[in-house]
Amino acid sequence: MGAERRTGGSERRTGLGYDRAMPTLSRADVEHVAHLARLGLGDDELTRLESQLNHILDQYAILARLDTEHIPPTAQTIELENILRDDVAGPSLPRDAALANAAEQADGFIVVPRIIADASDDAAP
Amino acid sequence: MTVPDLTRLAGHELARALRADATTSREITEAHLTAAERDNHALNAWLQIDRDGALAMADAADARLADARRDGRAVLDALHPLIGLPVALKDLVSVAGGQCTAGSRILDGYLAPYDAHVTERLRDAGAVFLGKTNMDEFAMGSSTEHSAYGPTSNPWDLGRVPGGSSGGTAAAVAAFHAPFGIGTDTGGSIRQPAALCGVVGLKTTYGRVSRYGIVAFASSLDQIGPFARDTRDAAALLHAVAGRDERDSTSAPVPVPDDLLRLPDDDAAASRLRGKRLGLPREYFVAGMEPGVEARVREAVAALEAAGAIVEDVSLPHTDYGLATYYIVAPAEASANLARYDGIRYGPRLTDGDGGVLATYLRTRGEGFGAEVKRRVMLGTYALSAGYYDAYYLKAQKVRTLIKGDFDALFAQGFDALVAPTSPTVAFPLGARLEDPVAMYLSDACTLPANVAGIAGLSVPCGLSEGLPVGLQFIGPPWSEDRLLELGRGYEAITATADWRALEPTDLATAANPATPTPADRLAAATAPIGS
Repeated sequence: MGAERRTGGSERRTGLGYDRAMPTLSRADVEHVAHLARLGLGDDELTRLESQLNHILDQYAILARLDTEHIPPTAQTIELENILRDDVAGPSLPRDAALANAAEQADGFIVVPRIIADASDDAAP
Repeated sequence: MTVPDLTRLAGHELARALRADATTSREITEAHLTAAERDNHALNAWLQIDRDGALAMADAADARLADARRDGRAVLDALHPLIGLPVALKDLVSVAGGQCTAGSRILDGYLAPYDAHVTERLRDAGAVFLGKTNMDEFAMGSSTEHSAYGPTSNPWDLGRVPGGSSGGTAAAVAAFHAPFGIGTDTGGSIRQPAALCGVVGLKTTYGRVSRYGIVAFASSLDQIGPFARDTRDAAALLHAVAGRDERDSTSAPVPVPDDLLRLPDDDAAASRLRGKRLGLPREYFVAGMEPGVEARVREAVAALEAAGAIVEDVSLPHTDYGLATYYIVAPAEASANLARYDGIRYGPRLTDGDGGVLATYLRTRGEGFGAEVKRRVMLGTYALSAGYYDAYYLKAQKVRTLIKGDFDALFAQGFDALVAPTSPTVAFPLGARLEDPVAMYLSDACTLPANVAGIAGLSVPCGLSEGLPVGLQFIGPPWSEDRLLELGRGYEAITATADWRALEPTDLATAANPATPTPADRLAAATAPIGS
């Protein structure tokens, strides 16, 4: 399954961008997004999220009224030139301090759960 | 002469008393700690009160003051106005060796390995850290009810929220637990709780204060700023923490004016209002705004006009698109920022037998995050996912350009600032909006455009509606904090004798009573199913 499936709703392009009907999320979509976000959710939570997320997505539909085809996106509000520092090595966090919060550690390393996957796993992002 | 209650004095009054050797930082700190400890059962404003640490910092400040006093007037005057004075820190500010939960179970037990930039700056100034204040989990919320450690009550009415996400800091400053507080504002998280608790709160220009050592929510929107009970104290706290820091590449090399330490006195502040050009954006007087809030704000505007300010109706035509834009951009950035909480490097690790690392991620994050955080991580992940990026995130970033353009156009016409309500309502009852995320999000309709545009906004108290505080917002162009604070100072000056200025939060006496129910009890009673 994949988020590119548009199960729950229509998404029609019009001359002014997106139509009133923005995509809606099905239960399968909610489960898929939860997996992408690495959130283990129970059945009740998934059910509640399906309705809440769709209600919130309905509020986004207002953006379709604006023609933004020729508007550049803004990612950074304050215009700053690239700010570079001199490439000088400095002290970094001591190893003990960096490890102190890990749930499990041994020999100066963080112990992690098994990473090499069985055929059914896909832990990699 | 009776001994004054030190908690009732403003920071600048305490600073004067310290320099005159009329009191000590230890006395000041003791008085505030005692108030915080006494009320916290009923308010839950503090997640940690660090009595021993605070008293040690107070003693160090007293030693510095004594040395300076011996070295002469010039040395004493050169000390920062914050020396020896208590500050409340929102529990997402790293203090080396101390807790930093961000209001989340997923950081339960985490101890910060280093100081945040603001922490270092406050240490240099000689400020005293009383402890860490409650907040909505990862600063996501407008009521502080989304804290994993229970809600906070509003000192004006213990059955109501203090606003959020910096509700703990706002309540602590309003309840006289500290004259100064640090918060963060991503969509209104300083200004809205300041308004709902009747204190001053400033959202700084994006880049004004280094975010190094602050738990990140939405990195293109988050800013740190001060809380206080008057504009002079807010300005002094901003002065202490603002400025360039090479560890946050978005912190700007823009000078921090020393005039922040010399805001005008009443007569000068009032006369400086003459000729100021203020815009009144009609879109901020929205449907759903409470009549009492609108009345207080319009009275404040009339008072500014009577003092000589020129007020003109203006339009920010894309205001109605702000909420949707914000609630795409902020969750998208949050979903990326919160990917780091995986139970591997820090925080509790929850595993499922030998399920491997994927099972650890799912369970640690599924159980470690609260409902609102999961909702936003889901929204953000969806908005960034394949096939939807253009429809949501890119679209929102383009609308962001239009919203910013509205502000740029007005400031280019020479307006000194815009005047608006901070929140469309007064503090709402605990539980009232908990099951309706969209109603909760509407609390920030008047504040989040400033975050979307990266500009500065100040909330100052402007009276009461139904016995609850109302906030007046001044919105200004980038780097205009000093001008906004001067405007706020002017408004304080022309309302200095107003009846409401003399009022203290109504429920403080009840908060001091150990038999008073906790905020969690009140929320449970408010949301209990009918018939139970």
